[in-house]
Amino acid sequence: MTTAAKSYDSVSSEFSPWTDSNATPLIQFQNVTKRYGDFVAIDNLSLDIYEREFFALLGPSGCGKTTMMRLLAGFEGLTEGRILLGGKDISHIPPNQRPVNMMFQSYALFPHMNVEQNIGFGLKQEGKSKAEIKDRVEELIQLVQLQQFTKRKPEQLSGGQRQRVALARSLAKKPKLLLLDEPLGALDKKLREQTQFELMNLQEQLGMTFMIVTHDQEEAMTVASRIAVMSKGELVQVDTPAQIYEAPKSRYVADFIGNVNFIGATVDSIAINKDAQEIEATLSNNTLVNATTTEITEIKQGDSIWLSLRPEKIAVDKAEPEGDRNKLKGTVIDIGYVGNVSTYHVQIAEDVIVKAQRVNRNRLRNRQITWDDEVWLHWNEDAALALDK
Amino acid sequence: MGKKFSLGRLAFIGTPYFWLLIFFLFPFFIVFKISLSDLAVAQPPYVPNFDFSEGWNGLLLFFSQLDIENYTFLFEDSLYYKSYLSSLQIALLSTLLTLLIGFPIAYAMSKAPKRFQALLLMLIILPFWTSFLIRVYAWIGILKPEGFLNQALLWLGIIDKPLIILNTNIAVYIGIVYSYLPFMVLPLYASLERIDMSLIEAARDLGCSALKAFWVVTLPLAVPGIIAGCFLVFIPAIGEFVIPDVLGGSETLMIGKTLWTEFFNNRDWPVASAVAVILLLLLLIPILWFQKFQEKQMEAGT
Ligand SMILES: Nc1ncnc2c1ncn2[C@@H]1O[C@H](COP(=O)(O)OP(=O)(O)OP(=O)(O)O)[C@@H](O)[C@H]1O
Ligand SMILES: [Mg+2]
Repeated sequence: MTTAAKSYDSVSSEFSPWTDSNATPLIQFQNVTKRYGDFVAIDNLSLDIYEREFFALLGPSGCGKTTMMRLLAGFEGLTEGRILLGGKDISHIPPNQRPVNMMFQSYALFPHMNVEQNIGFGLKQEGKSKAEIKDRVEELIQLVQLQQFTKRKPEQLSGGQRQRVALARSLAKKPKLLLLDEPLGALDKKLREQTQFELMNLQEQLGMTFMIVTHDQEEAMTVASRIAVMSKGELVQVDTPAQIYEAPKSRYVADFIGNVNFIGATVDSIAINKDAQEIEATLSNNTLVNATTTEITEIKQGDSIWLSLRPEKIAVDKAEPEGDRNKLKGTVIDIGYVGNVSTYHVQIAEDVIVKAQRVNRNRLRNRQITWDDEVWLHWNEDAALALDK
Repeated sequence: MGKKFSLGRLAFIGTPYFWLLIFFLFPFFIVFKISLSDLAVAQPPYVPNFDFSEGWNGLLLFFSQLDIENYTFLFEDSLYYKSYLSSLQIALLSTLLTLLIGFPIAYAMSKAPKRFQALLLMLIILPFWTSFLIRVYAWIGILKPEGFLNQALLWLGIIDKPLIILNTNIAVYIGIVYSYLPFMVLPLYASLERIDMSLIEAARDLGCSALKAFWVVTLPLAVPGIIAGCFLVFIPAIGEFVIPDVLGGSETLMIGKTLWTEFFNNRDWPVASAVAVILLLLLLIPILWFQKFQEKQMEAGT
């Protein structure tokens, strides 16, 4: 693959209703605006979410993720626009009549009820029989591994245990749409991965649609069919995890997901390749570099652009690589060791530090590259993405 | 950790018990002692009095003169148990009325915009700035046959002759409910205000109508406030003297009034003290029940 313009989805499943123009979305946000007084929490936002999607919302604190969920659940009225569920306007339907359940960021467990009663609450309201409730609650308790705690009140549980009760409670009614506001944040890594897996399983088995807010991008990448990156009440980019990671459309998105280096460059020439641009550019130290865009952009010859390079796509070597392009010389000023990989912070100019990652094939003490070493950084010609400055 | 530490600790733990001792237990024992004494034409009006100069023998003599005949007397004269029962009834009913009136007030306050809540709270406490006695007397002006209430009702054409309210039990209920309403509203407000809005939202999300969510979430979580408010009204109401005296009629029987008559009109301190001790024991019943209830709640948690 020589161009980055292609879809990166070949690895994931065939499930991609958003590319099918005949598919009808389960949820439609149509020009939705939500204001609190003068403050605009959601700004003229339009979005389609399809049945059986696992849709992740990512964004910095206060960007409006919870607000979007509260609009869907019906706790908040919208200021402008419409929200459709299955083609019907739900703006005026009260929360208890929406086929939507929410897991609250604050858990909102009923303090006067024990674990069982909390989990069975929704089923009881539905008027399910005692036996039915008992079976379902047991199933859910099994799922979230709270067998020893069924009779405890929320205040007698740890943070992670409470989170699991909240999760089980929101799953109990098998809603059409489940809203999960940071559902796994308080769990340890093992349990979190296990629960992620369970969630994906559940979603597949029950055909539910999930919308999840998370601050853990790895989690979003793992579970989501699509990710929406938000900023100040707006959607910046909505795409599959692979697209978001490999083909971010802006510096904001590239920076938000994973680690990335931005290096300034000036465009020398542009060639069009299908529906993307292939750019040759020069860095400030006259190094020639290649870069691609993910779509036809407004970048022109002579423009300054950002070269966006993921650390794992940059190789670190002591010997000078062949060729005269896509390489930089610098000094190692720091090494971040996280076990499986090491991140080398390499100073290439007075105010430019580039991070490059290397898998630690050798044991730590046999490391060939160390502090203050002169090294060469180099990358493939399709590794760098050009982003508008 | 030397001696200093344990002394400081002792003072820290001991202080509240010390206050309890001198402000509660000690006066109680004086009253209890008087209740076991006999009426006498003397100053103070009862015997025996403890005489330090007699030493050990004096102490023995002192104790030999104490007896429980004042208590047996209370059971013989129907006036007393009738007063107790009537007080109990008036206190219970007015507590219930106060709860019914206070709850909506407290609920509305807790739902009011945050910036108004302090003001509303002030308004609830405002009556305390005037003397309790004056406020109760003011009700005479409202309730008497030619008072504000009757005039208003006559003018509106709802009634054609004045209602007799003053000097009846109804006036006593009105007086008690009015006077003790703040004691009900404040703890109710405190417990309602603490309820996390997201709990109601969670209940709505899981299928409750607004009314049902109130019933299964708000109300149970307000129980501590309800209990506290009921105690704060019930306990002083049962021994209330001023309100039945000022607003009640001759047929209004309340133990506080009986006690006052015993004490000041008959100058029978020993019987009056016995009445007070029994009243205290009666009040212990609901308090102990409440403790049991709390324990049960704690146990249910584990
Ligand atoms: N009831 C409200 N009144 C006024 N402003 C509000 C209200 N609720 C939310 N906001 C504001 O709206 C913005 C979005 O809030 P929201 O809770 O959706 O953020 P978020 O993206 O979920 O953040 P976090 O990741 O911290 O949970 C915030 O700036 C917040 O201060
Ligand atoms: Mg949030």
